[in-house]
Amino acid sequence: MDERASIPTIPFTFAAARAGVRHCLPFVPGYFLFGAAVGALAAQKGLSLGEAVMMNALVCAAASQMVALQLWTPDWTWLQVAACAGVAAMVNLRFVLSGASLRPWLSPVRAGFVYPALGVLTDAAWAAAVRYHAEGGRDFGFLAGASVFLWLTWIAAGAPGYLLGALVSDPRAYGLDLLIVLAFTATLVPILRRTRAYAPFLVSGAVALAASLLLPGYWFIVIGALAGAGAGAFLPARQDARQDARA
Amino acid sequence: MIASVIDSLNAPLPHGELYAIAAMAFVTALLRVGGYWAIGRVPLTLRLRRGLEALPAAIFAATIAPLALRGGPAGWIGAAVVAATMYLTGREIAALAAGLAAAASVRALGF
Repeated sequence: MDERASIPTIPFTFAAARAGVRHCLPFVPGYFLFGAAVGALAAQKGLSLGEAVMMNALVCAAASQMVALQLWTPDWTWLQVAACAGVAAMVNLRFVLSGASLRPWLSPVRAGFVYPALGVLTDAAWAAAVRYHAEGGRDFGFLAGASVFLWLTWIAAGAPGYLLGALVSDPRAYGLDLLIVLAFTATLVPILRRTRAYAPFLVSGAVALAASLLLPGYWFIVIGALAGAGAGAFLPARQDARQDARA
Repeated sequence: MIASVIDSLNAPLPHGELYAIAAMAFVTALLRVGGYWAIGRVPLTLRLRRGLEALPAAIFAATIAPLALRGGPAGWIGAAVVAATMYLTGREIAALAAGLAAAASVRALGF
């Protein structure tokens, strides 16, 4: 069934971009805390300040940076480079799915606008945008504003994180390793209340838990999420909830 | 031939850290745009659309459940506090602050 004919045009306004920034403000303290955790590790592994900030700007994915930094070495070979890129890809595999989830909303937007915004999309910006969309928002400016704002925040967090990082010797003690879990939970609650998509949620969580016990690394995110999306696609829809979500 | 390839992969690489950052940036950017690009290349059937609509909640659940468990008691207590605060107040900053405080307290108690 091709629904292209019914796709409306997507607006882009600066008001929505400002709203995107505003909805990402709560994440700024967490970004600086996480920046300190990554910065401490970077300093410990012998990166220069410039390299640490550059990594924030170019990679812009905290969890993958932390995992790749575990492999950092003073004796580089192409194999070491490939290993760092490989673990970064493993941790960031979820971006394939979060990007795909935006397609039904953003496909009318011109590629030249969408791809730069997607190129610096972080979990928090994606989560804010998904919530905005679940609440009926359609303006591309929201995603662009949220995405670019959090990218700049992560770059800005680079230098103080590197310099102050030594003070946070053990991020675990402050629960900073849990920041993604906590931020995702905060975003999930209103989405779940609004869409009432409980079946995909439960299937995905259960499958991901099982996968995390059986497989190493971060495969569980992709496997669980695909199982949940499958449940959403093939289980009978709740009519009331679906109309709610569309409204 | 193969031996020389393996040798060159294991040869010292000056400025390797810059190549590593560049390689990480490249694969991450590819993943960020790749899913969006790929899903646009297949027909958007009703079934696919419903799967994509379920995807965000599924990604959240698949990330939260195992990582909260891996984080120990601080992980699932922190997540529960965030969910409860969010449910009651609807304010993200309050929920995050409460959850982080709960997680840090549990860790401080030595769990």
